[in-house]
Amino acid sequence: MSFFDQAPDTPRIAARFPDLHPPFNKIAAVTEANRCLYCFDAPCTAACPTHIDVPRFIRKIASGNLEGSAKTILDANILGASCARACPVAVLCEGACVMHRYNQQPIAIARLQRFAMDALYESSAPLPFAPGADTGKSVALIGGGPASLSCAAELRRRGIRAEIFDARPLPGGLNTYGIAEYKLPLAESLREIDLLTQLGVQFHFNSTVDAKKLAALESSRDAIFLGIGLGAIHRLGIAGETLPGVTNALDYIADYKSGQVTSAPERVAVIGAGNTAIDAANAAARLGANEVHMIYRRGPEQMSAFAYEYEHAKLEGVKFLWHMKPVGIKGTEKVEELELVHLEVTSDGSLLPKSDARIRLRVDLVILAIGQGTHTDFLDSPKINLERGRVVIDRVTGQTSNPKYFAGGDCANGGREVVDAVADGKRAGNGIAAWLEGQDANA
Amino acid sequence: MPTLETTFAGIRCMNPFWLASAPPSNCGEQVMRAFDTGWGGAVWKTIGEPITNVSSRYSSIDWNGQRMMGLNNIELISDRPIEVNLREISEVKRRYPKHVIIASLMVESKRHAWHEIVQRAEDAGADGLELNFGCPHGMSERGMGSAVGQVPEYCGQITEWVKEKARTPVIIKLTPNISDIRMPARAAKQAGADALSAINTINSITGIDLDTLEPRPNVDGKSSHGGYCGPAVKPIALNMVQQVMSDEQAALPMSGIGGIGVWQDAAEFILLGAGTVQVCTAVMHYGYRIVEDLADGLLAWMRRKGYQSIDDFRGLSLPNVAEWKHLNLNYKIVAHIHENKCIGCELCYTACWDGAHQCIHLDRALPTPNTSRTPEMIAAESRGRISTTPIPKLDLNGPENTGPYSTPLARIPRVDEHECVGCNLCSLVCPVPDCITMERVDNGLPAETWDERVNAGLVTEGSVTAGNPNI
Ligand SMILES: Cc1cc2nc3c(=O)[nH]c(=O)nc-3n(C[C@H](O)[C@H](O)[C@H](O)COP(=O)(O)O)c2cc1C
Ligand code: SF4
Ligand code: SF4
Ligand code: SF4
Repeated sequence: MSFFDQAPDTPRIAARFPDLHPPFNKIAAVTEANRCLYCFDAPCTAACPTHIDVPRFIRKIASGNLEGSAKTILDANILGASCARACPVAVLCEGACVMHRYNQQPIAIARLQRFAMDALYESSAPLPFAPGADTGKSVALIGGGPASLSCAAELRRRGIRAEIFDARPLPGGLNTYGIAEYKLPLAESLREIDLLTQLGVQFHFNSTVDAKKLAALESSRDAIFLGIGLGAIHRLGIAGETLPGVTNALDYIADYKSGQVTSAPERVAVIGAGNTAIDAANAAARLGANEVHMIYRRGPEQMSAFAYEYEHAKLEGVKFLWHMKPVGIKGTEKVEELELVHLEVTSDGSLLPKSDARIRLRVDLVILAIGQGTHTDFLDSPKINLERGRVVIDRVTGQTSNPKYFAGGDCANGGREVVDAVADGKRAGNGIAAWLEGQDANA
Repeated sequence: MPTLETTFAGIRCMNPFWLASAPPSNCGEQVMRAFDTGWGGAVWKTIGEPITNVSSRYSSIDWNGQRMMGLNNIELISDRPIEVNLREISEVKRRYPKHVIIASLMVESKRHAWHEIVQRAEDAGADGLELNFGCPHGMSERGMGSAVGQVPEYCGQITEWVKEKARTPVIIKLTPNISDIRMPARAAKQAGADALSAINTINSITGIDLDTLEPRPNVDGKSSHGGYCGPAVKPIALNMVQQVMSDEQAALPMSGIGGIGVWQDAAEFILLGAGTVQVCTAVMHYGYRIVEDLADGLLAWMRRKGYQSIDDFRGLSLPNVAEWKHLNLNYKIVAHIHENKCIGCELCYTACWDGAHQCIHLDRALPTPNTSRTPEMIAAESRGRISTTPIPKLDLNGPENTGPYSTPLARIPRVDEHECVGCNLCSLVCPVPDCITMERVDNGLPAETWDERVNAGLVTEGSVTAGNPNI
C-alpha cells in the first residue's frame, strides 16, 4: 500500500485547515509564469538552499511543459512539493526576486512550484528519474525526515542502496507530522515520499536506533547518514508541569494532523514565540479555542518567528502577552491556571521581574514551544564530534569527524527549514557517493 | 477646442472611427447600438449573394497570457439575403442620418452584376461604397475577393464598371496578400476610385492542435488558410498604408485598417496619411464601448500637440519614412545603462552576448575588467560559489549591502561603448522603462547617406547592385 493511502482520513481537520495559499488555476499560473523575467544567473536560484533552477521551471510552466517543469524541480529538490508549501519563501527565493527592486510583487515562485508538482501527481506520471546502476554499496539512514529522504534519493540515483530507519509508523518526520496542516497536509507529504519508493528506497518503520543497533549498522553498511533531527521540547522546570493539560507544540501539531486531536478547549496558552509556537497557537484557534494567548519573555522585536507568521497569528485571533514569564501551573486534576510575572528589561539586557505580583491566567491547555533539545546522546561522542549537542559536519559534503558518518538537517544545523534539511541531505548524498568512490579508487 | 469632425472623400464624418466590414457590422440592430456608443460610421458586413459559413470559423494566437493577439477567420461575406441587408441599411440611415454607412460589396466579376448591386446599395441610402477585393478564403475560389484584388487589371476593370454607375464615393479595399500593394492601388486610382482602404486580412494558418494534429480552426478535422487580423497585424498594415500614401500614382483618401484598438493606433495610421480608421478585432474582443477611449484619447493628444483637426496632422510622418539608402550612416548611438534603475535581471547581458555583439559585461565588481568571460563561464562560476547558501535572516547581518544602487554592483551589467554597435536590442529586452537608453555619440562626422556615397563615387564598383525594378 502506498504511503499516501495510509494517510488518516480526517475530514474535520481538512475542513478546519484549508489551504493557506490556494493553488493557482491554469490561466493564473501561466500569467504569473509569464511575469518571470527569466533572469540570467537568477538570484532566486542562488537563494534557494537546494538551488532549484527557478526561471527554467517557471518558463516550462509558461510554455505548458508541466512534465519538464516538475522534472526540473525534482532534479534539484526531491521534496519540491513539500517545499513549495512549507518554505518561508519570503526570506528565500521570493525574497531575492529582482522584481522587488522594481516596486513590484515578486514572482509567486512557491505557488508556481506547487502548480507544477500538483500537475505531475494529477497526470499520475512516474517519477521522471531512474535509479542508477547498482554499485553494490549500501547506506543506512537514521531518521525518516527530509534530510534522510533527500540523501536517499541522491544515493539511489547513483546506484547506492538506501535504507531508512524511522521510529514512527510513517515516513517524513517533521514534513509529515510537524508542519501546520493549512501549509502542508499530512497526505501531501506522504504522496511525495511515494516517489522515493519508486526510486527503490527501503523503509523500516517503528524502528528506533540506539547505540547498539547503530554499531550493528555501522559494521554491515558502507556508510551511515544521520538525519535524526532534534529531541524533545524543553520543559519550563516549574511546578505543575506534569498536570494533564500540559503538552508541547510538536506533539500537539502531530496529534491534530493525524486526527487524534480534533477540538481545543476554551482557553489555551502557548509558551514561546517561534514559528512552531505560532503554528500551535493558530491550530488551537482553528480547533475551536475561544482564547489563545502566546506568552513570551521578550518583546515582538526579539521573537524568532518570521514577521509574516506573526501577522498571520494576529489575523487568526491569537493574543500576545509580551515580557511575561510563567512561574507556576495550578490545578487540582488538570491545568486550571497559569501564573505569570511581568518582566522588565534592564540596562544590560537581562530580564528581571518587575514586581513580585503574579498575574493569573485561566487556562485549560498549556502548550510548550520553547525550543527543542538534541538527542545525539546515543552517538558515542569521541567517535563523532558534537558541539552543544549538534553533530559537526563539513557543510559541503555533510561528512562528520568520523569519515563513515555523514549527517544533515536539524541535528547538524540546530533546527532550520525543511528546505535546509533537503539541501543538507542532497549535499551529503553527493558527499557519500564521492567518498565511496574515492575509497574504491584507493583500494 | 480640437474636433474629430472630418470629411473623407467628400463624406462628412462626425468622427473618423468606423466599424470595419465584419461581424460587428453584420446587421442593423448592431450598427445602431454601435452608433449609440459613439462610432462615427460603419462599413456594412460585405453584401453579396448569401453564402453558407462553416463552424468553427475563428482561431487565435495568444501571447504571454494576452488573449487574441492575432485573430484568424475563415468566414465569408454576409450570409443574409441582399434585400434584408439593404432594407436594414435604409432603416438605420433613416434613424441616424448624420452617421456614415458604407456598403461593402462583392459580387461576380460581371459588369451588369456590379451595376445592379451599386444601384441597389445607393438606393438604400449608403453614403459610399467599399469594394471588397480582399477576402482571401472561399470567395477567391469563386473568382471574387482577393482573386480580384491580387490582379491590378481586374481591380481597375471592376472599379471602372462601378464608377460608371456610382453616384457616391467608391472606396477600394486592398488585400495585403500581394507582393506590392501599390500595384492594385495604382490601378484603382487610374480607374477613377475615390478612396482606398487597407488592409484586409492576411493569409494565415494560426496553428495546429498538437494532440489531434488538426489545424485550427477545426472544421470536422480539417481547416483552411484564413485571414489574420488584430494587434499582430498593425505593423504590416502601417507599412502598407505608408507605401500607398507615399506613392503619387496610388495615393487617395485612405481609410486605415489593421490592428487598431487604442487611440495611439489610430493616431499612427492618420500620421501616415489615413483620413479615417476602421476597427474589427478590437470590437470583437471588447465590444463597441472601446470607441470612447479612441475618441477621448485622440482628442486629448490633439489638444496637447495643438492640432485642431484630423487634417492638421494627417500624413505628417510620411516624409520621415525614407528608403534605406537615404538614412544617415554617420549617426552613432550607444547603449547606456542607468544604474539606479537596473534591477539586475541581466537579460540585456545574455541578449547582447547571444543575440547581438558581445559588448555587455558582468565585471563591475572585478578588480580588472575581464571581457572574455562568456555567460556559460559566469554561470559555472556562480554554481560553484553557491554550493552552500546563506539564509538572509539567519546568516547575514542586516540586509545585503548593495552600495549606492538598489541592485548589487556585481549584478549591474556594463556596456563597452567602444564595441556597442547601437543595435538597440538591450534596450528592447530590458524590462524596466528608461533603464537602458540609447545615447548619441558625437563622432564629429557630417551626415552622409549610402546614396550620397554612391553618387560621390566613394563606393567601389560592384557594391552597387542593379536597380530593383520595384523602386
Ligand atoms: C470574422 C471576420 C470577418 C470579416 N469579414 C469581412 C468582410 O465580410 N468584408 C471585408 O471587407 N472584411 C472583412 N473582414 C476584415 C476586416 O474588415 C478588417 O479588414 C480586418 O479584420 C483587419 O482589421 P482589425 O485588425 O481591426 O480586425 C473580416 C474580419 C473578420 C475577423
Ligand atoms: S528573480 Fe524573479 S524574475 Fe528573476 S528569474 Fe527569479 S523569479 Fe523570475
Ligand atoms: S536588462 Fe535592464 S534591468 Fe536587467 S540587468 Fe540589464 S539594465 Fe538591468
Ligand atoms: S545596443 Fe546592441 S550592441 Fe550595443 S550593448 Fe545593446 S545589444 Fe549590445
